[in-house]
Amino acid sequence: MDIILNQFLNFEIMQKVWPLLLRGLGTTLWLCVIVIPLGLVGGLVAALATTSVRPWIRWPSIAIVDFFRAIPPLVLLVLLYSGLPFAGIRLTPIQAVALGFLLNTSSYYGEIYRAGIESVGRGQWEAARSTGLTWVQTFGFVVLPQAVRNVLPDLISNTIEVVKLTSIASVVSFPELLYSAEMARSLTFNSSPVVLAAFMYLAILWPLVRLVSRLERRIAS
Amino acid sequence: MKRPLLEIVGLTKSFGATEVLREINLAQDERELVFIIGPSGSGKSTLLRCVNRLEEPTAGRIMFDGQEVTSRSADLNTIRRSMGMVFQAFNLYPHMTAIANVTLALRRVLGRSREEAEQIGRKALADVGLSDKAESYPSALSGGQQQRVAIARALALDPKIVLFDEPTSALDPELVGSVLAVMRDLKSGGMTMMVVSHEMRFARDAADRVVFMEGGRIIEQGPPDQIFGRPREERTRAFVGELDR
Amino acid sequence: MTNWERFLETFFKPEMLVKYWPDILKGVAVTLELAAAVIVTGFVMGLGLACLRAYGFRVINAFIIVFVDVFRALPPLVIILLVYFGLPNVGINLPSFAVLWLVLSFVLAAFAEEIFWAGITATPKGQWEAARSTGLTFSQTLVHVVLPQAIRIGVAPLTNRTIAITKNTALGTVIGVPEILNQATTAQSFTGNATPLMMGAIAYLVLFVPIVILGRWIETRFAWRRA
Repeated sequence: MDIILNQFLNFEIMQKVWPLLLRGLGTTLWLCVIVIPLGLVGGLVAALATTSVRPWIRWPSIAIVDFFRAIPPLVLLVLLYSGLPFAGIRLTPIQAVALGFLLNTSSYYGEIYRAGIESVGRGQWEAARSTGLTWVQTFGFVVLPQAVRNVLPDLISNTIEVVKLTSIASVVSFPELLYSAEMARSLTFNSSPVVLAAFMYLAILWPLVRLVSRLERRIAS
Repeated sequence: MKRPLLEIVGLTKSFGATEVLREINLAQDERELVFIIGPSGSGKSTLLRCVNRLEEPTAGRIMFDGQEVTSRSADLNTIRRSMGMVFQAFNLYPHMTAIANVTLALRRVLGRSREEAEQIGRKALADVGLSDKAESYPSALSGGQQQRVAIARALALDPKIVLFDEPTSALDPELVGSVLAVMRDLKSGGMTMMVVSHEMRFARDAADRVVFMEGGRIIEQGPPDQIFGRPREERTRAFVGELDR
Repeated sequence: MTNWERFLETFFKPEMLVKYWPDILKGVAVTLELAAAVIVTGFVMGLGLACLRAYGFRVINAFIIVFVDVFRALPPLVIILLVYFGLPNVGINLPSFAVLWLVLSFVLAAFAEEIFWAGITATPKGQWEAARSTGLTFSQTLVHVVLPQAIRIGVAPLTNRTIAITKNTALGTVIGVPEILNQATTAQSFTGNATPLMMGAIAYLVLFVPIVILGRWIETRFAWRRA
């Protein structure tokens, strides 16, 4: 029992590594602040492209979106970080990470938006257009708000996934929260820093997970 | 004198602070069709649902076929086998065919073999006039057909009483007749039935006793001639008068 | 050399393709094994937990909810590293394959439980009432009437979630599981050539693009019309 406490819940070590982890957390949040809004916008673009009436836009878009949904995010990161230099493009870690996540999350947000848009009945379009609203106005004022409301739990759920995804950046030595915790672990030969990092993730994400559950329950009823 | 099949004594039911049933006393003999009428909120459905304890009574006793339904040690599952229930929303299992709907309880509750259950099930479907729909899924059937399958499902277990909770309220008018016809056949076959419904003409034609409820109490009960023709209570008269208008 | 030839030389060098495709194939086998194992364990656990939750024992449900929330909120990589590097220090030595399988199974179980539970609670109360009123027990009703409907409701979200979690098998590379990414990056560091990496990426695409497309099809197909 003591060994377990010492190995996983060593408060002395946790205190010592707290500043390091806090910095890592900051980097994580900063990465999220960049990727999430860009991903939401990118997703909108993807959704519009994959629902386009013009087949020459629609099919390539679907192919691209499916590509980025099929490839594991870590593989994408490694490709961008280790593979691109071979093609003469050298990305900094932050650029590789940001680009990789952006491509990945745009695809997922895109699919969620698409489901939302399709869930808004044809009648809404027809009603709005028949009052003289342009396509852009109809989409912006009538369709999109309803679409978002319908898929809000999924949007939040995916946002949670993005925050969790940032931990993968640690594999390419990007100094976010998990990387800092891992470094602390190898320096102290003790797992408590990683436990501390886990608590930090829980502190941020657990409330969101509960929120999603409640929203989903309300929609189902 | 034979004892009543169903005896309800002092039945009270509250949902939180709201008293929905107040000291209901009702007895029903075998082969009787008891028809319960009253305004919405009078507690009719709640009364029916207390009989097989889909709603838990707050106080009172219910005796069915010599067994105390309300006893804490009552074997509910066994008791429910001898009571059939037909719901307003049909509640057919959408992922099973009509025949599967009817035979599920036969196989799982009564432990009959597949062949036995099929036989009984097909007879039940034939009795409600739907032999040709045995392999159909509920979504392919009209409302009236679905309700008749639901009746067959209740009958397949050979119950001693069938409880009907507004069986035709969710049906389009032209489909109501087919369900009432089945209920009439059931009555002439001697089944004991307790029906909560707004189908007054059916009550006049087929009921042995009509019970008028309001505000959680039984205001008056008696043969259809009395309730619809010469009601004794003022409130009964008011309700029945409204109907004719 | 033209640019095109240089590109091919870097990313599709024939000698590399020939030399390393057995290794990549071995990686594919490991990835598939893992994915299959995770899916089976995850589904069974998730379904079991959801059914258990239906019985309504307060204390058990509290545990289930905590378990599910934690495994949905924590990044899988954090759990994997915690288990892999932490457990040996308290005397439990698990091979990396087992660690990856266990962690991903628990994660999938957590998501699957929520999805099945949503399906169970979305099944109309009337179904319970109809079944119980014919004398079926709680368990019989759950198994024969409610679960089939709940699972039907859950197929689409479950497919998406399963795809996401089986892609996480790539995380195994961090703890030395010889799946595709591991084989690819190892070969790449030996040869200083990007071809193995490209082969790994293509292997993943070959595995997962059909599944993603299948997932699309399942989504549209599986909403059955209610009676």
